[in-house]
Amino acid sequence: MNYFVDQSGYYGDFGGAYIPEMLYPNVEELRQNYLNIIQEESFKKEFHQLLKDYVGRPSPLYLAKRLSARYNANIFLKREDLNHTGAHKINNTIGQILLAERLGKKRIIAETGAGQHGVATATVCALRGLECVVYMGEIDIQRQAPNVARMKMLGATVVPATSGSKTLKDATNEAMRDWVNNPIDTHYIIGSVVGPHPYPDMVAIFQSIISQETKKQLLEQTGNDQPDYVLACVGGGSNAMGMFYHFIQDEKVKLIAVEAAGKGVNSGHSAATTALGKEGVLHGSRSILMQTEDGQVVEPFSVSAGLDYPGIGPQHAHLFKTGRGTYVSITDDESLQAGLLCTQLEGIIPAIESAHALAYLEKMKFNGQENVVVCLSGRGDKDMDTYMKYFGL
Amino acid sequence: MNRINKLFQDKKSNILSIYYTAGFPGLEDTLKIAEELEQAGADLLEIGFPYSDPVADGPVIQASSKQALENGMSLKTLFKQLKELRSRISIPVLLMGYVNPMLQFGVENFCQACAEVGVDGCIVPDLPMTEYELYYQETFKKYGLCNIFLVTPQTSEERIHKIDALTTGFIYLLSSSATTGKNLEVSQSTEAYFSRIKGMNLKNPLMIGFGIHNKATFDQACAYASGAIIGTAFVKSLNESPSKKSVTAFMEAFRA
Repeated sequence: MNYFVDQSGYYGDFGGAYIPEMLYPNVEELRQNYLNIIQEESFKKEFHQLLKDYVGRPSPLYLAKRLSARYNANIFLKREDLNHTGAHKINNTIGQILLAERLGKKRIIAETGAGQHGVATATVCALRGLECVVYMGEIDIQRQAPNVARMKMLGATVVPATSGSKTLKDATNEAMRDWVNNPIDTHYIIGSVVGPHPYPDMVAIFQSIISQETKKQLLEQTGNDQPDYVLACVGGGSNAMGMFYHFIQDEKVKLIAVEAAGKGVNSGHSAATTALGKEGVLHGSRSILMQTEDGQVVEPFSVSAGLDYPGIGPQHAHLFKTGRGTYVSITDDESLQAGLLCTQLEGIIPAIESAHALAYLEKMKFNGQENVVVCLSGRGDKDMDTYMKYFGL
Repeated sequence: MNRINKLFQDKKSNILSIYYTAGFPGLEDTLKIAEELEQAGADLLEIGFPYSDPVADGPVIQASSKQALENGMSLKTLFKQLKELRSRISIPVLLMGYVNPMLQFGVENFCQACAEVGVDGCIVPDLPMTEYELYYQETFKKYGLCNIFLVTPQTSEERIHKIDALTTGFIYLLSSSATTGKNLEVSQSTEAYFSRIKGMNLKNPLMIGFGIHNKATFDQACAYASGAIIGTAFVKSLNESPSKKSVTAFMEAFRA
């Protein structure tokens, strides 16, 4: 079974480029060039140099002994939280900014939910001296003031998305509209493995450094580069795809993707896309999304702004439909408790997104022998307000 | 013969096409507005079926779509309303909207429903040409529907020829690469672009849309194409007043 993109931009039934004609030349330019550029020696050299010296890679693979004792397995945390800017998002923005430069683009746009991708984009734009415009839902701007300030300090213009629910989905719509209106000089840095082909593949390639390092580190630490389980949270799904990438074809490695159930899968306040969604088209690709019978997109809900998205990337939809990946969900409460537990047992405050992946360990049964890797996709600094309110700290 | 092909056979210039959103400003206004537009001299109608995430639209049409959805508009409701379409108007009608509602309705069901109520074709901006050609073209043909594709200043010549080969009604020439509702300012480069496409001698007639908002821009567009399409300016006018009198007044400005 092939789990990667085919010649026509599809993963099984999912993917494609469902875009209006106005975006066609941009997306086509990318499609024709991305693989060649990514494979250029000069690109690879620059990309890896920046990942090493600027981002701080490789990120550690840490055997979390106290979590391991609690769950009766060898729990390894892939420490993406230690990256510059505090999450895995920067792996992708470094890759895309180098690509945008090679395509001669002068202006960068991005969407952001919690602000992590916006900060990672504003950071690389500051680094390379490119103009940066970040679209962010009006409600998210209010909820994530520190990240808004960081983006502004980095020189980005933050534009509020005032349409729809005024969150991530609407910020993405606004970024796409900006791109429609600026077809020549602008590159759109999408922050997840979503969007029209080739974005899901391109973002997955840039994030695949996560599993590439993990294999090497596991081999060094355990003598075996095959873990039994790999876990990651999924909003659009970029850290999960990075964490799964080099294990996908190795069917012995079980892939577990953890979605946000919000207040409960059937509460009406959830972002558990595979549980609640149907096949359809959103933001340029055919995938699984939460929608009404009439095909209108349903507003998702999660305590975690990074998982608060009504769809998943098309490759995830394919892994789900073929059964290669197991897609589960975790509620707000469960994730916050798992965040606290990780903090108190390991001295690591995880982002609430990553805490969803940790929370699923509670639901698994181990025999003491398994090697389990959890992608700790981001740090919890940005979530302190939520943790403080929830736990009365 | 499809009403759209008939229209372009009979009329070669100054064709006026009007876009508006179904179920806006009131849920039951869809056919009333169609009738008033026909009486006021519209040659062709594009009725928008609303979608929650219209990425090709500017603020005015976004707001009308949102309002229509809040009013309870859906494809099911729209086709129910359109049962009376052909007893009330005779000009050609296109449905315009995004691909996801159509997919959920089922493409075959959608085409069949269009044929049953007397809709002549559709414009689905985010339905890719390749997917249309591979999976949907046969169904569209089976029900005698035109599928209209867009062309922008950035569309390559090769692609325009491909679009021309796939299209059976007219080609929707965008005045610029933009979301709907940006006023057209005809510059030398726009004129060069219009002339370039006109000079390609395509088999399909051309209609120019996006940014046509007054008589001057309508006339400019008509100099290069069979006619022009007005969307945002009309929806804006419905926003200000949906009365028959204002619909008539709006149309008079273009027909003067």
